[in-house]
Amino acid sequence: MTEETKAMEPILSVRDLKVSFTTPDGDVNAVKGIDLDVRPGETLAVVGESGSGKSQTMMGIMGLLAANGTVTGSATYRGQEMVGLDPKALNAIRGAKITMIFQEPMTSLDPLYPIGKQIAEVIVHHRGGTQKAARPRVLELLKLVGIPDPERRIDSYPHEMSGGQRQRIMIAMALANEPDILIADEPTTALDVTIQAQILKLLRDLQKRFDMAIVLITHDLGIVRHFAERVVVMRRGEVVEQGATGELFETPKADYTRMLIEAEPSGRKAAPPDNAPIILEGRNVVVDYRIDGGLLKKRASTFRAVDDVTISLHEGQTIGVVGESGSGKSTLGRALLRLIASEGAYRFGRTDISGLDRAGMRPLRRSMQLVFQDPYGSLSPRQTVGEIITEGLYVHEPQLSRAERDKRAIEALKEVGLDPAARNRYPHEFSGGQRQRIAIARAMILKPQAVVLDEPTSALDRSVQGQVIELLRDLQARYGLSYVFISHDLSVVRAMSDYVVVMKDGRIVEEGPTDAIFSAPRAAYTRTLIGAAYNIAP
Amino acid sequence: MTDAAVSPSPAAEVKGRSLFQLALLRFRRNRPAMAGSVMLVLIACFSFLGPFVISHSYDQVFSSYVTTPPNLEPRPGADALEEATKRVAARARVELQSFSVEGETFTAVVTARDPIDPRAARYFDRANEFDKTEVAASEDDGRKLTLTGVVDREYFLFGTDTNGRDLMARVMLGGQISIAVGLLASLVSLGIGVVYGAISGYMGGRIDNVMMRFVEILYSLPFVFLVVVLVVFFGRSFVLIFIVIGAVEWLDMARIVRGQTLSLKRREFIGAAEALGLTDWQIIRRHVIPNTIGPVVIFITVIVPKVILLESFLSFLGLGVQAPLTSWGSLIAEGANNMQSAPWLLVFPAIFFVVTLFSLNFVGDGLRDAFDPKDR
Amino acid sequence: MLSFVLRRLASAVPTLFIVVTISFFLMRFAPGGPFNLERPLPPATMENLMRAYQLDQPLWRQYLTYMGNAVTGDFGPSYVYKDNSVAELIGKGLPYSMELGFYALLLALVGGVIVGTIAALRQNSLLDFSVMSVATIGVTVPNFVVGPVLTLIFAIMLSWLPAGGWGDGSLRFLILPMIALALPQLAVFARLTRGSMIEALRTDHIRTARAYGLPARSVVVVHAMRGAMLPIVSYLAPCAAALLTGSAVVETIFTIPGVGRYFVLGAINRDYTLVMGTVVLIAIFVIVFNLAVDILYGLLDPRVRHD
Repeated sequence: MTEETKAMEPILSVRDLKVSFTTPDGDVNAVKGIDLDVRPGETLAVVGESGSGKSQTMMGIMGLLAANGTVTGSATYRGQEMVGLDPKALNAIRGAKITMIFQEPMTSLDPLYPIGKQIAEVIVHHRGGTQKAARPRVLELLKLVGIPDPERRIDSYPHEMSGGQRQRIMIAMALANEPDILIADEPTTALDVTIQAQILKLLRDLQKRFDMAIVLITHDLGIVRHFAERVVVMRRGEVVEQGATGELFETPKADYTRMLIEAEPSGRKAAPPDNAPIILEGRNVVVDYRIDGGLLKKRASTFRAVDDVTISLHEGQTIGVVGESGSGKSTLGRALLRLIASEGAYRFGRTDISGLDRAGMRPLRRSMQLVFQDPYGSLSPRQTVGEIITEGLYVHEPQLSRAERDKRAIEALKEVGLDPAARNRYPHEFSGGQRQRIAIARAMILKPQAVVLDEPTSALDRSVQGQVIELLRDLQARYGLSYVFISHDLSVVRAMSDYVVVMKDGRIVEEGPTDAIFSAPRAAYTRTLIGAAYNIAP
Repeated sequence: MTDAAVSPSPAAEVKGRSLFQLALLRFRRNRPAMAGSVMLVLIACFSFLGPFVISHSYDQVFSSYVTTPPNLEPRPGADALEEATKRVAARARVELQSFSVEGETFTAVVTARDPIDPRAARYFDRANEFDKTEVAASEDDGRKLTLTGVVDREYFLFGTDTNGRDLMARVMLGGQISIAVGLLASLVSLGIGVVYGAISGYMGGRIDNVMMRFVEILYSLPFVFLVVVLVVFFGRSFVLIFIVIGAVEWLDMARIVRGQTLSLKRREFIGAAEALGLTDWQIIRRHVIPNTIGPVVIFITVIVPKVILLESFLSFLGLGVQAPLTSWGSLIAEGANNMQSAPWLLVFPAIFFVVTLFSLNFVGDGLRDAFDPKDR
Repeated sequence: MLSFVLRRLASAVPTLFIVVTISFFLMRFAPGGPFNLERPLPPATMENLMRAYQLDQPLWRQYLTYMGNAVTGDFGPSYVYKDNSVAELIGKGLPYSMELGFYALLLALVGGVIVGTIAALRQNSLLDFSVMSVATIGVTVPNFVVGPVLTLIFAIMLSWLPAGGWGDGSLRFLILPMIALALPQLAVFARLTRGSMIEALRTDHIRTARAYGLPARSVVVVHAMRGAMLPIVSYLAPCAAALLTGSAVVETIFTIPGVGRYFVLGAINRDYTLVMGTVVLIAIFVIVFNLAVDILYGLLDPRVRHD
């Protein structure tokens, strides 16, 4: 056996693996018999949209399914069958030979123990010794994953660290016993782009150093393209296609794979004519959040979420507002619509709306609407879709009869590409993309002029994202709408907007026409942001 | 993978299932909860419809049957009848010569030294055992009378209490009062609690602070003290008792609704409603209150048994509804006092009381599971 | 930490003040008085009594006098137990109530946590179902039913244990009242523990612990249990305050000379000072235990900061 073929020998082989869950509403087959191999030292990406079973496959192998889940089939690690293995033998593999990091760094660590203790616990359990003896090793690991000042941080609690740092701690824990395989389940989805890039780079460096295989579970094809050597594409519990990364991206065999690759937002938005009048404007916008100290504590501190921002939206324009979490972009959107207390001068068309209170704003609400990020949270679960989308009519056209409202609901649903029969159903019966269409219908039924779109596609799968973007563009063209498009996703912003505003810590870092910003960013932060985003293009 | 324009399931079913309907479906599949519901319905029927079926009223005193143990046979039995007749004869100052029973009728022959007033028959009627007594024959110049009449047989399936009242009728009445107090007091606490909690939570800021401070102070007042003082203060009428209990119990409800409202306020659909231009009151009415219903319904199943317990606790202390009205709590207190001589007085009301509370608990658990499916 | 304790104690003063004030006036506005007996007293006697206890003075002056005395620890004489001051009555009864309450609390806490944990680990099994059914009985059956039933079985029918009284304070006398007192609380602890254990076992960091091959016992004891203890610790404060200040029902049924009875007897007899004394006692217990629990909470959960 030559060195090369030995290297090709898989260390983890999965054959005909099935995962199912018993629920009160019947059995759900999450994984329907899949085969895959992990070879030593390689990076294998398992790609799929939500509900494809990519996470459940790994949970099934690791014996981590919820109590109502069962796994059948075979998964052998170096000849050792893992499915149905008794917990003691399984525990010798988990955490030592195969380790995992998870999507939610906020909740994956025990909040009640210092991080050093949690890492040491894993070392002590698999290698023996004492917590004290493991301390130097823990410090070494913390240094390795780039935690500054490890001697001090080793006794910190998880809540004292940022999301990116916690994910580093998780990685330190995963490396503690020098595993053969590291399973990374959406390791960067909950993190900002710049942090995402750092974490992925760290993983790649450590992989080389420890010569371990990484199984990267993700929905993000950009990451796959840049990091993985081989790709497994999953859909609805089945493997659709697998192969080497380059080949798969250039000549995808399965229609689904092709569709996924093409779902990358494309197209450009032309700027409105220069003389287009301003429809919505906020000058010197300042928003302070008060951090309340309770009844007895007098000292309430304030946090400046938006700091002296000026933004003018012209008719037919789409302004993309880009920034990471905490940059104040969502707050700015709400301040522009006068939904939160803020300072600054605002106008809508030619009307000065700076001094208007809630009641004064009410008649204008129909002309300026808001669409939210989370299509699950933004629809009241106890109302029918019909009630949800006609709610604005109660306020702004109370004279309408029931039949007329129903007619308007049907029109609005058709407009966003939904079956009008949907109006008698409840939100929980719809998929994420359909719900976002409902939310758009609710805003559009009032025939607004300006719409603030707050991350309208971030919670959606790539393929659905594309459709929602199409819909939004379509509506804009048909009704001459103006959008403020808030997003952290540069590729979507690039496809949607003709003008871009980059925000950081409540201030505008840079602004300008989309093409100029993307081709020649001036500010260092914009450059970092663009550099950190992974595109499908190699 | 087109996700537009497709209805989620075959178009035949146009009407969607609301979350509430789904919860109901899940609830129906939960056996202990369904069994609990059936038990509750049975007990409610027993308490509210029972009095129309049995012939005794709750305040009817059978002086002949004081502290009778429960029995499936009708009272009086053959030997007891003989005894009873002798007692009647003694009271009427006549001598009993012979006594016989045939089916529902009895024949008694009584003698005396002097002629007997035919009105002696009334002595028989006065006893609970006999009815429609009349003089059938008179011999010896009225010194010997043959009396016939109907034996009035009574069923005391649960026995009687120390005053000779039918315990079954008492338990039914107790059930009516306990259930009524439980429901009405819960409604009072629900009304106050939901409005107070929703306003406090939705308004937030200083208003919320002050409102919750007030609740805190009420909390630190010993709860029993409040009830006792209020009951002593307002008197012991039935209506006031449930108002008092409701007025004390709303604190928990207000806290729960406030917490719920606070978390709802962060939900985006409230933000969407604001963006549509709804007023505060419209938002509370259309979005906040409907969405607190789940936890509130569950909490009611917690509060109803709590209120029933509290009412019986008051009754146990002698502060509950006044005699001859009664509740399960007062009956249990009475039973506890006569535990050694008449254990059934404790056993029957305790069984009904415990089964009711037990069923309510299962129903509550079932509702919780039904409204919160992730719990399974 | 010390400043936290001091601040909390300082903020307890106004609470206590409001509680006492509300109780004082509620009590006085209730119809009837301490000397309105079944057979009315002769007016002269009544007048003398009222004067002796300063009840003839205007209400606001009575209030000020009471407050002034209360600050120095003088809660006045009892109107019904005429030879005793309220402080004496409470001082005499409290040790009995506290001893009994302490044992009951211990039983409820230890028993409840063990039962609840077992049920949570075997969720939806027959064991879970039967254990929790028994716990449900515990919650639903009030102690005025449990007390008499226990007496009926163990004292009257089996004659194993005394039916009541304190006797020499030995365990034989304590067992039945202790069980009657502890059972409902034990059931609450069991249900709380089960619920929060199940919740804790589902958290992401438990999944992490399992993914790293930690043995089941250390997952449960080290990681799940500590998190699951938090709601139980919160419930400990009201529970301990209620148990240690005595229960009117249990003390009546088992004829125990504790303070629990005074409260109800006092309220019924309009023994103003006695009721006020017990109110203050209970309020102090509640405040102290809440503080103790907050401190304990901070020790258990590093996310809670006391500064």
